[in-house]
Amino acid sequence: MKQMTKIAAMVLFMMSTQYSQAQKVYATKTGQIAFNASSPIEKIAAINNQTDSKFVGENGQVVFAVLIKGFKFENQLMEDHFNENYMESTKFPKGDFKGYITNIKEVNFSKDGSYPVTLDGNLTLHGVTNKVAATGTMKVAGGAPEMEGTFKIKLKDYKVEGLYIGEKIAPEVAITVKCKYQ
Amino acid sequence: MVVAAPFSTQAQIDLFAEKEEEVTDIVTATFKTTRVVNGHSIENVGKGILDFRILHRFGQFSDGAYNLFGLDQASIRLGLDYGITKNWMVGIGRSTFEKQYDAFTKVRILSQTTGGRQFPLSLSYAATVIYKSVKNPTTTYVPYQSDRLSYAHQLIIARKFGDYFSFQVTPTYFHYNLVQTQSTPNDFMSVGLASRIRISKRVNLTGEYYYRVNKLPNPDYKDALSIGFDIETGGHVFQLHMTNSTGMTERTFIHETTGEWGKGNIRFGFNVSRVFTIIKPKEFRNPAGL
Repeated sequence: MKQMTKIAAMVLFMMSTQYSQAQKVYATKTGQIAFNASSPIEKIAAINNQTDSKFVGENGQVVFAVLIKGFKFENQLMEDHFNENYMESTKFPKGDFKGYITNIKEVNFSKDGSYPVTLDGNLTLHGVTNKVAATGTMKVAGGAPEMEGTFKIKLKDYKVEGLYIGEKIAPEVAITVKCKYQ
Repeated sequence: MVVAAPFSTQAQIDLFAEKEEEVTDIVTATFKTTRVVNGHSIENVGKGILDFRILHRFGQFSDGAYNLFGLDQASIRLGLDYGITKNWMVGIGRSTFEKQYDAFTKVRILSQTTGGRQFPLSLSYAATVIYKSVKNPTTTYVPYQSDRLSYAHQLIIARKFGDYFSFQVTPTYFHYNLVQTQSTPNDFMSVGLASRIRISKRVNLTGEYYYRVNKLPNPDYKDALSIGFDIETGGHVFQLHMTNSTGMTERTFIHETTGEWGKGNIRFGFNVSRVFTIIKPKEFRNPAGL
């Protein structure tokens, strides 16, 4: 009986994909998020290549999630300070964005090209959630979209505090997102 | 490719409502740097990082005002440590005390984790070889080169209890190729205890004590006790401490510490570490947009 329901579910699942092309979910687990908080005194930049992201082709609903400890710095000690003193990564291990690509209708996933997109949603970092907006581009090539974008956040909006912010560390951080979906 | 398959349900897909899997988090920064004071901590330097360390101990407080309470004298170890992988480091050093050369390797075997898959402890193994190059004071016995060697094998067991407290136990086996008399054994056991207490975001209090299970027969040798501060300043960790040990190799500080805290044979010392990135993390080799 169990076997039967399993097969039935699979058949249903396969059929449903036939019907609703628009309900397609694009996903990646290897997206890149980088940030730059460099000041004239010191280069402070890190990259995370394990970004988990998905979006729905039809309505533009989009999510990004990263592990804060997944950000790699050139300097190991800087990475330790980032996790321990600034982001408190043990207490707040994840950062995420939940929102919508507001102009998803303008993206034609069946036609190769580069489409400007705008994102709107909530960014949660260091346990604090704020509304953010970002602009970027959606490149479509052979049905595989690639989203790129940049936005800025203020550290104090996320209650990230520390001695060197505003001095060695820029108070405003530029975040770059680059995700290739399948 | 599985995730690439378009999936769909009768109802609207809601990505926001999707359940998040629990994250397994590897505990980092149990100690702030690779040494507690004299002995190894559970920490390694990062992959591709070269760490230049200057370890410096002044003379004893009990030397009095004539020697400016020890500040006139110095015992130094210069060292270079390098991280071959995230979990494997090697290092070399040269001490003024007995003109010792030393080399070590340290490997992380297990790491403490929290969250999804939990593991309570971190475990490392460290092995050190020490070559005492100082010239023999007597001519009655001319030592072989191998007589100048001694070896330490250490298991380092550590746990971080939240952000504020870490504790480490270090069972140590030590072997001298040559001891003074025939009746003296060549093998010695000791246990190191070490701790870190966070005082502020940048300052930690550290302590280190080595208990000798069996001892060299010389009654002047005492257990090593050190108390210090780890101060983090941007690019490096600066360590300031008080210790009763003169040397900074396992041979000297574990089994041949001559100072006694009660008699004021305490030395002020510091460790300075400066790190250089030799091999950049792979994320930085083709820096896009940075």
